[in-house]
Amino acid sequence: MQVIDAIMVGMVLTCLLLLGSSRLGAYIRIVAVQGIVAAVVPLVAHGHGIGLQAAVVSAVTLVMKGIVFPRLLFRALYAAGVRREIEVYVSFPVSVLAGVLMLAGSCWLCGRLPLGAEVSGLAVPVAMFTVLTGLFLIVSRVLALTQVVGYLTLENGIYLLSVVLVPQQLFVIEMGILLDAFAAVFVMGIAIFHISREFDHIDTQAMDELADWRASKETE
Amino acid sequence: MMARAWADAVLGLALAPLLGGIIVRIKARVAGRKGAPLWQPYVELVKLMQKGVVYSTTSTWMLRMAPAGIVAGVGVAVLMMPFGGVRGVISFEGDVVVFVLVLGVARVLTVLSALDTGSSFEGMGASREMMLGVMSEPALLIALAVVARQTERCTLAEICAVAQGGAWAAQWPVLALVCAVMGVMMIIETARVPVDDPATHLELTMIHEVMVLDHSGPDLALMQYAHALKMWVWGVLCVNMIMPKWSAWWMQTLAGVGGVVALTCVIGLVESSMARWRMNKLPQLAAGAGAVALLALIIEMWRR
Amino acid sequence: MTRLLVVLPFVGALMALLPRQAGLRRAVLVAVAALHAAGTLICFIVRPEIRAGAWLGLDEAGLLVLGISSALFLAVSIYTVVYLQRQEMPGLHLHEHNEPERVFCGCLLAFLGTMTLVTASRHLGLLWVAMEATTLVSAPLIYFHRTQRSLEATWKYVLICSVGIALALLGTVFLAAGIPAHASPADLTMERLVGSGGMVQVEWLKISFICFAVGYGTKVGLAPLHTWLPDAHSEAPSLVSALLSGALLNCAALGVMRAHQVCVAHGLAAFSQDILMVLGIGSVIVAAIFIIGQSDYKRMLAYSSVEHMGIVMLGVGLGGGAVSGALLHAVNHSVTKAALFMAAGTILETCRSKQVQDVRGLRRRLPWTAGIWLAGFFAITGTPPFGAFISEFTIAARALASGRWLISVLYLGGLAAIVAGMARIVIEMTGGVPGQGMAHGRVREPLALVVPPLVLLGVTLVLGVYVPAGLWEFLQRAAAALGGGQ
Repeated sequence: MQVIDAIMVGMVLTCLLLLGSSRLGAYIRIVAVQGIVAAVVPLVAHGHGIGLQAAVVSAVTLVMKGIVFPRLLFRALYAAGVRREIEVYVSFPVSVLAGVLMLAGSCWLCGRLPLGAEVSGLAVPVAMFTVLTGLFLIVSRVLALTQVVGYLTLENGIYLLSVVLVPQQLFVIEMGILLDAFAAVFVMGIAIFHISREFDHIDTQAMDELADWRASKETE
Repeated sequence: MMARAWADAVLGLALAPLLGGIIVRIKARVAGRKGAPLWQPYVELVKLMQKGVVYSTTSTWMLRMAPAGIVAGVGVAVLMMPFGGVRGVISFEGDVVVFVLVLGVARVLTVLSALDTGSSFEGMGASREMMLGVMSEPALLIALAVVARQTERCTLAEICAVAQGGAWAAQWPVLALVCAVMGVMMIIETARVPVDDPATHLELTMIHEVMVLDHSGPDLALMQYAHALKMWVWGVLCVNMIMPKWSAWWMQTLAGVGGVVALTCVIGLVESSMARWRMNKLPQLAAGAGAVALLALIIEMWRR
Repeated sequence: MTRLLVVLPFVGALMALLPRQAGLRRAVLVAVAALHAAGTLICFIVRPEIRAGAWLGLDEAGLLVLGISSALFLAVSIYTVVYLQRQEMPGLHLHEHNEPERVFCGCLLAFLGTMTLVTASRHLGLLWVAMEATTLVSAPLIYFHRTQRSLEATWKYVLICSVGIALALLGTVFLAAGIPAHASPADLTMERLVGSGGMVQVEWLKISFICFAVGYGTKVGLAPLHTWLPDAHSEAPSLVSALLSGALLNCAALGVMRAHQVCVAHGLAAFSQDILMVLGIGSVIVAAIFIIGQSDYKRMLAYSSVEHMGIVMLGVGLGGGAVSGALLHAVNHSVTKAALFMAAGTILETCRSKQVQDVRGLRRRLPWTAGIWLAGFFAITGTPPFGAFISEFTIAARALASGRWLISVLYLGGLAAIVAGMARIVIEMTGGVPGQGMAHGRVREPLALVVPPLVLLGVTLVLGVYVPAGLWEFLQRAAAALGGGQ
């Protein structure tokens, strides 16, 4: 159980790093580490013999999140040729503070749910915190690539939750998550490439031509 | 028990300036030089005590009173600090808060005396000091609160005995976080690289040294001594978090001193290998440490 | 049979990628669409039975949505053939370069396949996979005309809908977590969830439903999660918008309704109904705000979709007779919106602008299309004798009968505001004289661009005058599972 606790604390720290970091390369690496850690959890958690299914799922997840996704994202990054600094709607110290509030919130929420003898007392709040971090990153960061990283964090959190809450290892869910993340990252990578070609940047703040507020102002 | 406590306190008061000498020596050796002897800080203190004092005409009683007050404050912290498994000379229920308060008083007096000189350099240093202090003091309090929750007592002695009760085996992730926070706090509070470079001579880049620019003679000696005592206090605090129980009393004292010296060496090595960070990153560092402390608190409260 | 219906469009998609001749490809498109529609019709007549524990099966609600989607796809495929032909003709199209046509046709057919899978899923995990697949497969469809605006719309669509679907996955996980470990292996089929009556723990079910409502609700376009909808539906080619508005929104609503079904079976009907009502009425009001003063007629249609999906959710949330009204409204809305979008596509091709101020005097330039545009406006705003009147009336009656005064006032007020907003736009476009700098003179309207919308409008007209007893019974059976009485 100690190992699981340490892993969960590690996940919390990765989320905090994501909230406070300001460089794109660091973002992609941190989310890759997070994915690897999440992939290892099922192997460590259900200590009563590692089933073949669990091993296969963990191995595939490890490869995808540790190698394939970062490759795709870095390729999109270099192809887009963007600057490596991250721009934000919410400043970094406020993001970190929001992260602490989100952890407190997910602990409160878990207090209201009937949690049984789960793998570790920490696991469910930490997984929910990861989900909230992902959502926060998507909303508060400007560059399109960081929104993809936020999406991956969201998926990591959901994956962790499914591993912890549904110990019967619903194969469909796990493979579905993986497939979904892969396809989404693939499509988003292509989209980012097109965006950088059309717009010469991947700054979503500037992609605001299709806004109704602006449209209505123009016609007035 | 009291005799040992007094002896440990006197040991701390005596050994504190040595830590500065150790760091200077390590930095010199890493840079390929021979470096000043280890007892150089003592020589400097003696030298400064023999000199006369010059006070600016715009300064008031605050500038004259502050150095003594600061040494008194940090000295009380030394007396409160448990060392070598023995509780401090001053120890009572809930003394954790007083400990943080006393260190805070020392900081306030430093800042006030700096503002009292009427010079803009000192004012700049004072504002920077407060900016970091605003974030680091709550972080210290929260980190101590986490440990207090684990040991379920509010006395500094119990808190610093956390490593002796087998808490590490049971709760090491949270304790590891607390230690990390305290390490960062130590660097911030004792003004080492990457927060503040003690070897710089450019006033605009200073935080701590710039506040003592207008002190001279015995006042400067007292300020330097207070700085050394602060490093001793922080070093002992950090070492206590991980110090296990030894069998004999002399082994405990030796281990305590050895731990503090080892920590100082680590700081010296870190200082030789890094440059100082940009000024806008420092609040982020302090806020990050505070956030990690809060995280540790939330995790600790969730468990119980 | 069900499996055949699911697999057929995918096979067609692969076949569409092969031929080099455009004509053969379009023939494949129409042929597969026709076969699929025929298969769906057979399913209506000879209801295939749902085996216990099967992952695929068509119950009443699924069959309804499948029928709408299939019929719409057939109509749109005929329209697409001529649309693609006109895209190839130089000088006749607006855009610099388009996506390769084979990708477009392949994705269209795959889109039909994934939608069929959504309607036929009995397993919530499979439903989720199919929903995510619809998002990913429809993204290239929106990006057909390669412009900056459509790229921005595609990015928002992919990102926001993927986040929504991820939240729905979270809901699925919570649902699975709520099944006690001592029960037989966690089986997320509708049979197990609904039949056992009370198998899922209540707290987990509540949080799971919230995740489903927000997650799938994002894909339905409920406010405040609708921000992707106006962009995606206005920047996509009109036939794609017709499919997105008419078919995909219904499939996503089906997802929300499945979650509602589980809640009803566990006695949490009041909880989920409240949430659906709030989301529904919120969507109506937000749509009303943005339609008034809208300057882009395709965005107007998109906001109208938001409004009507809000009405459907409101109907399901009100319970009782309003549920079958909501299902009928889904049919009416899909059919009418598809017709309107197809007309809008023809208008866009001819007048070269999406701005209302650039389009005048349609009844002289494009008489048939103008007629469809005007009739469609009356149909979509719930004017008798068109079908939407019946369905909206049913919902309003239920709201008043159950004493929900605030909801009734907001609902009717929102509808009135939308009529006012749309009327200004439609009448300005249809009437008047083309101004300076605009072309005059009648433009030839190919049959294939006019007949499908006319047929669709005819359907909603018939439904407004006379709803066949068989259909009404069918709707009530579908509604019964969703908490609808009488």
